Amino acid sequence: MNILRDLVTDYTLRNVALGSAVLGIVSGVLGSFAVLRKQGLMGDALSHAALPGVCLAYMLTGSKTPLVLMLGAAVAGWLGMLAILQIIRQTRIDAGSALGIILTVFFGLGVVLLTVIQKGNDANQAGLDKFLFGQAAAMVQEQVVTMSILGFIALTIVWAMFKQFKLLSFDPEFARTLGWNTHFLGALLTGLLVIAIVIGLNTVGVVLMSAMLVAPAVAARQWTHSLSLMVLYAGAIGAGAGLVGSIFSVVEMGIPTGPAIVICLGLVVLISILFGSAQGIVWDRKRRLRLSKEGM
Amino acid sequence: MSPTLQIGLVAVAAGLACALAGVFLVLRRMAMMADAISHAILPGLVAGYILAKGPNIFVGFIGAAIAGLLTVVLVEALTKSRRVKEDSAIGLVFPVLFAIGVLVVSKYYANVHIDTDAVLFGEIAFAPFDTFSLGGRDLGPQSLWILGGLALINGIFLILFYKELKLSTFDAGLAVSLGFAPVVLHYLLMGIVAITTVGAFSAVGAILSVALIIVPPVSASLLTQRLPIMIGLSMLIGAVSALIGYWLAMAWNVSISGMIATSLGAVFFLILLAAPKRGLVSQAVRRRKQRSQFATEMLVVHLATHAATPEEAHESTLMHLEQELGWEPEQASKVVAKAQHSGLIHYQDGSLRLTPSGHELAQVVASR
Repeated sequence: MNILRDLVTDYTLRNVALGSAVLGIVSGVLGSFAVLRKQGLMGDALSHAALPGVCLAYMLTGSKTPLVLMLGAAVAGWLGMLAILQIIRQTRIDAGSALGIILTVFFGLGVVLLTVIQKGNDANQAGLDKFLFGQAAAMVQEQVVTMSILGFIALTIVWAMFKQFKLLSFDPEFARTLGWNTHFLGALLTGLLVIAIVIGLNTVGVVLMSAMLVAPAVAARQWTHSLSLMVLYAGAIGAGAGLVGSIFSVVEMGIPTGPAIVICLGLVVLISILFGSAQGIVWDRKRRLRLSKEGM
Repeated sequence: MSPTLQIGLVAVAAGLACALAGVFLVLRRMAMMADAISHAILPGLVAGYILAKGPNIFVGFIGAAIAGLLTVVLVEALTKSRRVKEDSAIGLVFPVLFAIGVLVVSKYYANVHIDTDAVLFGEIAFAPFDTFSLGGRDLGPQSLWILGGLALINGIFLILFYKELKLSTFDAGLAVSLGFAPVVLHYLLMGIVAITTVGAFSAVGAILSVALIIVPPVSASLLTQRLPIMIGLSMLIGAVSALIGYWLAMAWNVSISGMIATSLGAVFFLILLAAPKRGLVSQAVRRRKQRSQFATEMLVVHLATHAATPEEAHESTLMHLEQELGWEPEQASKVVAKAQHSGLIHYQDGSLRLTPSGHELAQVVASR
């Protein structure tokens, strides 16, 4: 019961839990579309690609305000996305290689910029890299508010464009024959993914962001065949894992929040693949066993 | 050896080892597997640390290589279950493994310095300080031995299994029917990628080792379609970019591994633009040429169709071309000027007429 009380009264726990839950919802919803469009690794690439943007935003403004750094991250992530999509479209380079190149090169550039900033001997720059490696435990209210506003905007757009995004995910060819600008829609949807990534960077960090996007969607997929339900479930799973993981990390001192959330998600995925009501492996085995018995 | 030369040699060795490991990975469209493996080795290092009760390079190496292979096995198991697509499986497995690694480090080894940032960034500048000595003799930087050895192992692997790798990459079905074991080969290749990543990351960081594995082979594939040349070019691009990056990093006093990745990006971008056949520029030029040739052919066929007919005088004016062929006025006069210049048409009584060579071209086009 103490935890429930702390959740309301304890400043740190409340911020961490709220922030993680917001991230869970947004990344669960947007990750669903990414997974369906076989862009499961886009999140990983774009979260790495955001680093130079964070550095440049700081170098240009000298400010470490979350919104400024997030904006920088978003611009770099968005440029990375455009570069990846253009390479895939204009050349015969496969998607995986395109992702890998942009990921490593942007990140490398970011590391260079980080060392440039560090040379500046600016006392204010400390912790800039923390922005990317996640430090949910140090989340302040300002961050939670910024995250919530950005997340709300992204979810509203998904809600308004749900029909378009749905068709784009399942049958882009048909969407094109309807006269829709599928390039624009695709870039918009992936652009929203960038928002989720930007929200997630300073919560779970670059490496774990990928799981925040992919895991809720993969888990949700095992429980339903309907996209709207899948999106809802994924949001709920993301939020749940965010809450449980952040509470766990606060109760068990010394466990970082990001890894706690991701391991939670990993367990949910495992359970869902085994027991999910829509295509769980266990039910499948049972059904097949029964059928083969009836056959005899 | 001066430290500068040592670091340069380490960078070149890393470039060669990674490029050799990356060629078939890229050709098999599995580039992102290198990224997954590079992140997933953290728990392997941690496990090695626990088992050896302290930092031990060989146990850590084996632990990390096993973790790399575990990544491959888990991704394949998820994909084979047909519940998860391959890209999602990769994007799911390595963060979970990485999270387990971070969790164990922060829970049980909070006071031990296993810096997760260092795993990502690496610090090649420290390479000269970890020297390898045998029987009291200083044999130079440890990472040079490791990466040089890896370059050798990867080279031998490619030579030994060249035929098998080539066939199973380009025609998996034929490889199976000839009795090759693609699964064994696949895991061998993945093992090579895993040990290369492990060997490279302590010197150059996980991200840079991935850059060195992916970028040179992809760049080389834009330059040639012949496999042996592609392998050679990959090694060249990897080594040269590593040297350029190192040199620029020294000149500007910035992160060496970051600068090497950035130079790899710059080299890739240049090749992407300027590659002789598959480059964006030559593609654009070719498309332009084709468009202009097509327009010329349209023009001569149009003129030939109406040649020596009553409506010729009307059909063969510049104005009419704009209407009938749907050309902008500017484009129409350009096409006509060009055809006139190449001696295909000429003006006669204010309308366009084909020259003999124009008639010839029209015949050729019409008989296609």
